[in-house]
Amino acid sequence: MTLTDTPPASRAQAGRRLSTSKAMVEAIAQEMERDESVFYLGEDVAAYGGIFSSTTGLLEQFGPKRIIDTPISETGFIGLAVGAATEGMRPIAELMFADFMGVCLDQIYNHMAKIHYFSGGRVKVPMVLTTAVGGGYSDGGQHSQTLWGTFAHLPGMKVVVPSNPADAKGLMTSAIRDDSPVVYMFHKGIMGLPWMAKNRRSIDLVPEGEHVVPIGKAAIARAGSDVTVVTLSLSVHHALDVADTLAGEGIDVEVLDLRSLVPLDREAILASVAKTRRLVVVDEDYLSFGLSGEVVASVVESDPSLLTAVRRVALPDVPIPYARSLEYAVLPRHDRIEGAIRGVLA
Amino acid sequence: MSTTTPAPSVQGLEPEVRLGLYSSMVLVRTFEEAILREYHADKGPGFDIGKGLVPGEMHLAAGEEPVSAGVCAHLTANDAVTATHRPHHFAIAHGMALRPMAAEIFGRTSGLGRGRGGHMHLFDPDTHFSCSGIIAEGYPPALGMAFAFTRRGSDAIAVAVTGEGAANQGAFHESLNLAALWNLPVVFVVEDNDWGISVPRSASTSIPNNADRAAAYGIPGHRVEGNDVDDVHEVAGRAVARARAGEGPSLIEVHTVRMWGHFEGDAQGYRPDLAEVGDRDPIPAYEDRLRSAGVLDDEQIARIRADATERVEDAITFAKGSPEPDPAEAGMYVFAEEAQS
Repeated sequence: MTLTDTPPASRAQAGRRLSTSKAMVEAIAQEMERDESVFYLGEDVAAYGGIFSSTTGLLEQFGPKRIIDTPISETGFIGLAVGAATEGMRPIAELMFADFMGVCLDQIYNHMAKIHYFSGGRVKVPMVLTTAVGGGYSDGGQHSQTLWGTFAHLPGMKVVVPSNPADAKGLMTSAIRDDSPVVYMFHKGIMGLPWMAKNRRSIDLVPEGEHVVPIGKAAIARAGSDVTVVTLSLSVHHALDVADTLAGEGIDVEVLDLRSLVPLDREAILASVAKTRRLVVVDEDYLSFGLSGEVVASVVESDPSLLTAVRRVALPDVPIPYARSLEYAVLPRHDRIEGAIRGVLA
Repeated sequence: MSTTTPAPSVQGLEPEVRLGLYSSMVLVRTFEEAILREYHADKGPGFDIGKGLVPGEMHLAAGEEPVSAGVCAHLTANDAVTATHRPHHFAIAHGMALRPMAAEIFGRTSGLGRGRGGHMHLFDPDTHFSCSGIIAEGYPPALGMAFAFTRRGSDAIAVAVTGEGAANQGAFHESLNLAALWNLPVVFVVEDNDWGISVPRSASTSIPNNADRAAAYGIPGHRVEGNDVDDVHEVAGRAVARARAGEGPSLIEVHTVRMWGHFEGDAQGYRPDLAEVGDRDPIPAYEDRLRSAGVLDDEQIARIRADATERVEDAITFAKGSPEPDPAEAGMYVFAEEAQS
């Protein structure tokens, strides 16, 4: 077993590179081989293989009794997963886009997330809810949101958000094995899809065999001393790109990849900020009432004197627009991240 | 189209079965009357919903006992039941232990959920019982329980209960479609008590008979008129047998009666049948029928009632004597690793 607390870039492992989607599928396949009670259901997850390649090849390997296409009926099949989990199975239910939470949220936040608590710990709900998030490809405002702050706000579910292939595998392994419900949110822009612009790190080294990344542990994606960028998912890559650029100017940026929102690794945030004293939070979710405010509040509550400067780079509180120029204006892309880093250093 | 009972085929019911149905109804009513008493004992002056040993909303099921008795007579503790915000009659009829059930209603550590759930959130692994306070949302999890039973090679089934108001919700229709599509062993039960809080079904539902909706999903639908436990027993027996045999889901609607308010404190000023609703009490009617049929005599009635009272009062005493949860532990049991005890 490989236990990873550091990102793959810092590990000297030979060899095999996989796209994020293939790494995710590999974890699912390994867990399905290991545990008969694991099955995957959702829209277009069987013959199609998941519209963002989250299940490619699984139907051929495990057959239609365990890789199950559902009707477009999210309340029905997510509720089914909840009930199957309470009876000891380990379902993975895919919500095709996180944006579709509106048609099935009751099963997610009032049932999946609360049954264990309501039962005083006597009924477990060991399921994974996988869902695609994020924009940047002009899919409009109902197919581009991340919404992880909304899931993380509602108690009772863990929320993991991998940014790279190795973590996609390791966090999926942990999510399936967890006895609590876990929401596994994969950004379309990190999957390494051949039909969407991809960053250079979306195909990377992935350990073979069993690979576990613990839920609730952030990773230092890049160590630095001048400013801390706390971020997650696709924005990790934007932040790393900007850090590489600024390094040429002698600006040393630390990039902290949260990897999990629930539980949130506040210790890692505090440790980094204690070192740099300057904080930029980059979040592809909406600005107000969300993750970026939570990160800043966590630091300030712990020690109000810790920070000398703070900036947030997030989606302004508008629906995500369609036109490329408008969408790029609201997404936390390189230019805005760079501006915020320069701002806290000024 | 669906079929409708009364049908002439219920004469053959065994006396022991009828005694069981009667006993279940009496036990439920005794429990509901005791909760009613405890609930209102200390809500004053006036009525403050948050006061007293049993605070919060309280939805009692007096009048609806024929549904739970008639359905649950066909179940074992291996079968799952998902019920509603008005769950006590199904919980008791399905065999839930009264002590931890009452203790949960009183919000005590010895309760099913250690005081985290309350009367709308009773979860009992021993009887595979659960309920949800959200209208129609108990249906989808029942599909998954049935799915799990089938995958494990068990002949257990799931019974999903809602009220007639839920038949207009999306979750209801998604569940019927999915259960029919995947041939899941589920019995869907609709308790039509005429009222969605204050809205009569004539103002909420476009058709007079929700069992007709089964036809839209290609499954059997049957409406039981008259709140007759023998009829419910017969119709539910067919649906349960069909599910257990792997022949798929069914939908049963029972026209029952909500004898009390939607919740306690509901003055029911909207209700034109308020003065006569007591006349529709199904328990005295069934008692008379069993007496006439020679199934039940006064001595047996007294014994069944005394036994119910003893069990219920024991549970209430147990609940009241149990410790209240430690406020410092409000954060326990959010996640599975916090449930070591």
